[in-house]
Amino acid sequence: MNPARCILLVGGIALAILGMCHGIWYAVSAEHQALDRIGGSLASAFTHAADRDPAQASTSLVAYREAKYVYERQVDAHGHWIGLAMLLVLLGIAFERVAFGEKEKLALTIGLLTGAVVFPLSVLLQTFSHGPFPRALSIGSSALMIATLAITAFGFATDRPSS
Amino acid sequence: MASSIAEISPAGLAQFSRLSARRLLLLGGIALIVAGMIFGDIFAVFVLHQNAARVGAGLTAAANAALAGDSASVAVHLTDVGSFLENRGTKVDTHVHMIDFGYLALVLAALQPWVAFGEKTKRAVAWIFLSGAMLLPVGVFLIHYVGLAYSPLKAIGWASIFADAGGVCVLLATVIYLAGFCKHLQARPIVSVPDGLLAARTITGRRLLSGGLLLILIGFAHGAYYAASDLYRHEELDYSILSNMALASAAQDEARVDVALADYGQLQGDKAVKIAAHAHIIEFGLLAMILSFFQPYVSLSEVWKRRWASILLAGSAVLPACVLFELRFGLLAGALADLGGALVIAALLAMWIGIVRYAGRLDSRSEVDS
Repeated sequence: MNPARCILLVGGIALAILGMCHGIWYAVSAEHQALDRIGGSLASAFTHAADRDPAQASTSLVAYREAKYVYERQVDAHGHWIGLAMLLVLLGIAFERVAFGEKEKLALTIGLLTGAVVFPLSVLLQTFSHGPFPRALSIGSSALMIATLAITAFGFATDRPSS
Repeated sequence: MASSIAEISPAGLAQFSRLSARRLLLLGGIALIVAGMIFGDIFAVFVLHQNAARVGAGLTAAANAALAGDSASVAVHLTDVGSFLENRGTKVDTHVHMIDFGYLALVLAALQPWVAFGEKTKRAVAWIFLSGAMLLPVGVFLIHYVGLAYSPLKAIGWASIFADAGGVCVLLATVIYLAGFCKHLQARPIVSVPDGLLAARTITGRRLLSGGLLLILIGFAHGAYYAASDLYRHEELDYSILSNMALASAAQDEARVDVALADYGQLQGDKAVKIAAHAHIIEFGLLAMILSFFQPYVSLSEVWKRRWASILLAGSAVLPACVLFELRFGLLAGALADLGGALVIAALLAMWIGIVRYAGRLDSRSEVDS
């Protein structure tokens, strides 16, 4: 088995396992609490509004925004890790049909794996920092993923079976 | 019949023998995907829109109660909204997990020849995987109905516990297959695994592979566009509209509350269709790619195999495109999206039947040989 294929298959299955571990950890230890925080802060905001207390209502809505921001990114990271992992494995199975040399294939593989690992990670990092670094990382890694996938698709399209 | 048993090498046939891990994962995986898609269609037609209307009505009632200064009613209405959202969320999770586990089963089925364990072990692991893959969606579906009844834990009910146990089974099976794959890589001398299935390059397979890759690329590009143009704007709007609604209620400004409610409904619709289009086009692309590898197992005539592949790709493009236009064209786009989903389900069922036919022919030949 050539190194490019090997990296895609092992990397893909390992990434799927990482995504599942993250999903199970989140479901068991954080998801229910997060949903309670989202619902509770929204209810609190409208209760304060009914009590004619706009300052407290605004404070509760800020808590709602923060809880929802974190929840959506946790779910996105879980979904993207597993989705991208399956794509890596599929590309690995078919990678001998990509009409490039071994060196180019290896470079593509590293690009695909890096994008698939870093993009969901950068989404998770956004829960720790609202600054520009995690967002820049998301843009860079998704661009890397799209570019390498487009080149791989071109490689598939130009492949002609030798028989 | 183009897809004859003779086309696949004896090693490839052995990989697909009766109750082999590959056959279990392949047939079980497609069954999971079909069940998940049918569930999704039923959910979209009978639950999704009605539920969205109930959420909207609940939020309106809560905002009006806040406007009237009735904080007790606010809590009651928002509890209802929470319940509707939980109902919706668990149904979506059931749909998504069933289909994704089906995909993973198919991917693992393709990898079986490289898993260096005995067939008995691989089969046992396949059963663990399929049991977990069924347990998790069923558990998630029941969360809304079971709640915290008789639960030993404070925040997690029995349905969630069973769902998590299902997830652990799937995780465990995937880890074992990865270990088997690594064992294969470490074997000395290096063992070459003949697999006629993956070596076969049919026209239908190439069509599905290239079509699937194209769908995924379009989905990625759409996702990038959505993230750049809508994601943060939507999040900011979600906060600012709810803020307007709460502050207008506190100020007893009914007109502003009504505007905020209308804006919020519009925002939720816009967000839902864009995310659904992004997710569906990529999922269908993955499905087409996965199915491309299994075409030699589809025991149908070559013409029908190509037709079903084209129908699958057409449905895969129609559904996300029409979902995207649902806000602009309403029910017409919704109906076309459902039709797209039905086309994908029909094509998938046809391929599944083709694979079952292939398995039947293989089994009857083995019986004659023995």
